[in-house]
Amino acid sequence: MHTERKTEYPIQPLWLRVTHWINAIAVLIMVTSGWQIYNASPIFRALTFPSALTLGGWLGGAIQWHFAAMWLLGANFIFYLAMNVTTGRFRKRMFPLSVGAVFRDAHAALRGKLGHADLTRYNAVQKLAYLAVIVDLVVVILSGLVVWKSVQFPMLRAAMGGYDNARVVHFFCMSFLVAFVALHVAMVALVPRSLVVMIRGR
Amino acid sequence: MSLKLFKPRPDAELIIKDAAKELRAPARRLFGKRILSLGGLVMLSGCNISDDKSVNTMLRKISSFNDDAQALLFDPNRLAPTYPESMITRPFPFNAFYDIDEVPEVDPSAYKLTIGGLATGKRIWTLDELHAMPQESQVTRHICIEGWSAIGKWGGVRFADFLARAGADTTAKYIAFHCADNYSTSIDMPTALHVQTLLTLTYDGQTLPAKYGFPMKLRIPTKLGYKNPKHIVAITVTNEYPGGYWENQGYNWFGGS
Repeated sequence: MHTERKTEYPIQPLWLRVTHWINAIAVLIMVTSGWQIYNASPIFRALTFPSALTLGGWLGGAIQWHFAAMWLLGANFIFYLAMNVTTGRFRKRMFPLSVGAVFRDAHAALRGKLGHADLTRYNAVQKLAYLAVIVDLVVVILSGLVVWKSVQFPMLRAAMGGYDNARVVHFFCMSFLVAFVALHVAMVALVPRSLVVMIRGR
Repeated sequence: MSLKLFKPRPDAELIIKDAAKELRAPARRLFGKRILSLGGLVMLSGCNISDDKSVNTMLRKISSFNDDAQALLFDPNRLAPTYPESMITRPFPFNAFYDIDEVPEVDPSAYKLTIGGLATGKRIWTLDELHAMPQESQVTRHICIEGWSAIGKWGGVRFADFLARAGADTTAKYIAFHCADNYSTSIDMPTALHVQTLLTLTYDGQTLPAKYGFPMKLRIPTKLGYKNPKHIVAITVTNEYPGGYWENQGYNWFGGS
């Protein structure tokens, strides 16, 4: 009777939903095992992570998790970037983006006046946040490569300011990533429909 | 207004559809809640997931895949960075699987280094014989698997020279080390032959102190600290995977940096 909706364009295509959730799992493993590794030799004496929040049980176990999930994170991220560029989704959904628009939308959001009726479009604050976390993932991966293989990647090592500094860069990238996830999850709680969209595509 | 007359049924259909949705909603919410509590449970038992045998087997397999990846990444001609002596970390940290008061005391006059397995040259070495070989020194960064690093100066014999004199079969896969403190580890042949891999007898210009591995430590600036054995008493050239003290417990075998 009623027309099939086959022609309807999914808001989030399948490849994006799959890479999103694989990334979520990979980041969860990387962060929790990373905290266990951090605890073996804290950069900041006053800061260690509660073992209940860590993965791996001990340093050796955590490193096994970390260096297993790194392949998942890296391969999935490269695929995600390639698909974003080749399908034109990146250009369509993340741009145009202007400083003025970010301030306007941030102001509206803080006054509770930023609508989320249309999930096919990101607002400027969202665009900025997603672009920032993509850049953050690039830097967290590159600094991680230096921590893992400082001798084999001399140019990257220099770019990160040496081995010890690469650890600090890696730590702050992780912090940004965790802050992003906290905000992201809070926003999803405010607009639960976006979670449905990220699962079903519509 | 008149349009409505022509489409009465889609309206009814939509109402029924909405009603059906409403009926499903509680089930969906329950499902959502269950997913959340499942997630919470996974988080809470996060540290126990590593105890699962199949998970452990998978992690070990990936770790051995990472050995191969690191062997591919390893460039025999790439040097670890060296530093001016002014950058040496003082005091250089002591680190072992035991406390500093348990460091073994090795008697230099009775000391013998043996080399076994796939080697056809000189098999038993005294310290004097090692000191008589060409010596070199380097200031490099020691990187611990825990994350910290420290710069030190080690001097001794190029390990490749020693292996040549010992007639080691350099087509073999592994070199294993057994130490006076019962530590053991093993390395790949390309790393053993790297120009910066030194069988060191001195630290910072002085005879290697007991806490840093007297009478000798294999210094490998292209590998993490636990791949740099101290107090070595026996070296074996072999094609059988030898493992090691930490490696057998789960540390990555290649341990490159």
